[in-house]
Amino acid sequence: MWDYVKLILLAAVAVLAAYAASQARDLAYLVHMIIFMGAAAIAFLWQIRHIGEGVHNQNEYFDGVVRYGVIATAFWGVVGFLVGVVIAFQLAFPSLNFEVLQGFGNFGRLRPLHTSAVIFAFGGNALIASAFYVVQRTTAARLFGGGLGWFVFWGYQVFILLAATGYVLGSTQGQEYAEPEWLADLWLTIVWVVFLLIYMGTLIKRREPHIYVANWFYLSFIVTIAMLHVVNNLQVPVSFLGSASIPVWSGVQSAMVQWWYGHNAVGFFLTAGFLGMMYYFIPKQAERPVYSYKLSIIHFWALIFLYIWAGPHHLHYTALPDWAQTLGMTFSIMLWMPSWGGMINGLMTLSGAWDKLRTDPVIRMMVVAVGFYGMATFEGPMMSIRAVNSLSHYTDWTIGHVHSGALGWNGMITFGMLYYLVPKLWKRERLYSLSLVSWHFWLATIGIVLYAASMWVTGIMEGLMWRQVDAQGFLVNSFADTVAAKFPMYVVRGVGGLMFLVGALIMCYNLWMTVRKVGEAKPATSVAVAAE
Amino acid sequence: METYTLLRSFADSWYLLFMTLFFVGIIAWAWRPGSRRAQDEAASSIFRNDDRPAAGAAYDDAPRSQSQGAR
Repeated sequence: MWDYVKLILLAAVAVLAAYAASQARDLAYLVHMIIFMGAAAIAFLWQIRHIGEGVHNQNEYFDGVVRYGVIATAFWGVVGFLVGVVIAFQLAFPSLNFEVLQGFGNFGRLRPLHTSAVIFAFGGNALIASAFYVVQRTTAARLFGGGLGWFVFWGYQVFILLAATGYVLGSTQGQEYAEPEWLADLWLTIVWVVFLLIYMGTLIKRREPHIYVANWFYLSFIVTIAMLHVVNNLQVPVSFLGSASIPVWSGVQSAMVQWWYGHNAVGFFLTAGFLGMMYYFIPKQAERPVYSYKLSIIHFWALIFLYIWAGPHHLHYTALPDWAQTLGMTFSIMLWMPSWGGMINGLMTLSGAWDKLRTDPVIRMMVVAVGFYGMATFEGPMMSIRAVNSLSHYTDWTIGHVHSGALGWNGMITFGMLYYLVPKLWKRERLYSLSLVSWHFWLATIGIVLYAASMWVTGIMEGLMWRQVDAQGFLVNSFADTVAAKFPMYVVRGVGGLMFLVGALIMCYNLWMTVRKVGEAKPATSVAVAAE
Repeated sequence: METYTLLRSFADSWYLLFMTLFFVGIIAWAWRPGSRRAQDEAASSIFRNDDRPAAGAAYDDAPRSQSQGAR
């Protein structure tokens, strides 16, 4: 019965999207409607061949969707890193903004494609997949909601396609990390609410009395992102048949809401969610319980109490009232404590097993991730101090800071998670090659060091050049002077990014060969069906 | 009183007090006497149920030593 309702709904969506496509007022909207139509049609065809097959055995975990999430994470990671390398070299060599690609493949169009591909496609898929995996293992219950997990997975991929095609075709609301227009925003809201429903439902039907700390971090990530996304994207579409919209907020309120969103996207998407990962995968890989469970409770509450106020530090020396700037700065500095508490908790989990750092490149990856977390969360509060910010803001120092967090912390912990998950999910006894993991580790680590160091140099140089005045008080350097001076560092940054990308490709090969070539872990006790 | 001033004065008085007390309460709760055993138990709960869900239809309060799964 329910399958037929789904068929009717999917057919209706396909027809409506086809009609909307025929009436589209701009190219981006046309493409988006074709994506909706295609997705609904494919889902319809799939559903019609699988009527009545939605059986969910409550005594097995729902791992099919996690396997797909792992593949999507690796795929979007490579795509995001590749676009990053391309735009890094576009900055160093502007002639790479080819004339034929103007308006589609120039730096301005590709830059949001890179940030969103890495944060939302790579990071988002890693978070969704690991959240589904961790919540099932820690609650000892199958994922709630039957096949809804598939809806979240595929719905999220549709959102990524909408966002990516929109950026290239110029459909953007111009807010950092919130570029997708109203149509993609609405779709993401639906997907996200279902994600929350699944997560909550699984927690409610748990078969373990205690809710393990990783789940608290994942849950705060899901809830807060829902809130941030809705508030920052309050806007009125110009037409239901076009992609443009008018924001509700304006002026300094708009700026404040944007950076309340922007910094908490860092705080709850890239930090809280990934800390959930840390609190599950590091103890599992080290085969030791977390160093201090007390500390993890304090870590969680301190982090969510403080992070939400830190956004105004993005608006120092702007029209934002001074008290709000000071508030943002103060809370950013206080964030040092929970951040370092969490880092210590992650690192000390290895106490008594430090030898694993020598023998297990996967744990080495996770530990370096936590190290970069500590470094980035030291650098961030320092840069939020108004006096430091007057030098660092609008320079490449910020870019370097973001990348030591994103590549070092988010990237490395995700790689560690993938290396842990693939043998588990495909029931392999081990990884294909540990020496390839070491290659990946060193390429990625040296790549990040090159990236961060070159951005420190170029950022501070740029900031000092902008300030430099002569004896009469006139500025010494033109903007173009700073651009010319940055060239060597831009090349180093591009090379660092390239090394990181090569490392990720090695990982993909290694994971692929793990699934293809390595023997089964043990005689399969249960047939692994992607129950659907 | 205009909304801004009202909310502002509420935020930096009663609500600030509430949040501070809430946070102090969490610290006290985490360090409450006898919490160590429950916390050690929770910290090691991730080492079971790796392959399949725990038996039993629903959440139960049975001592964890009886729970399913490889340790």
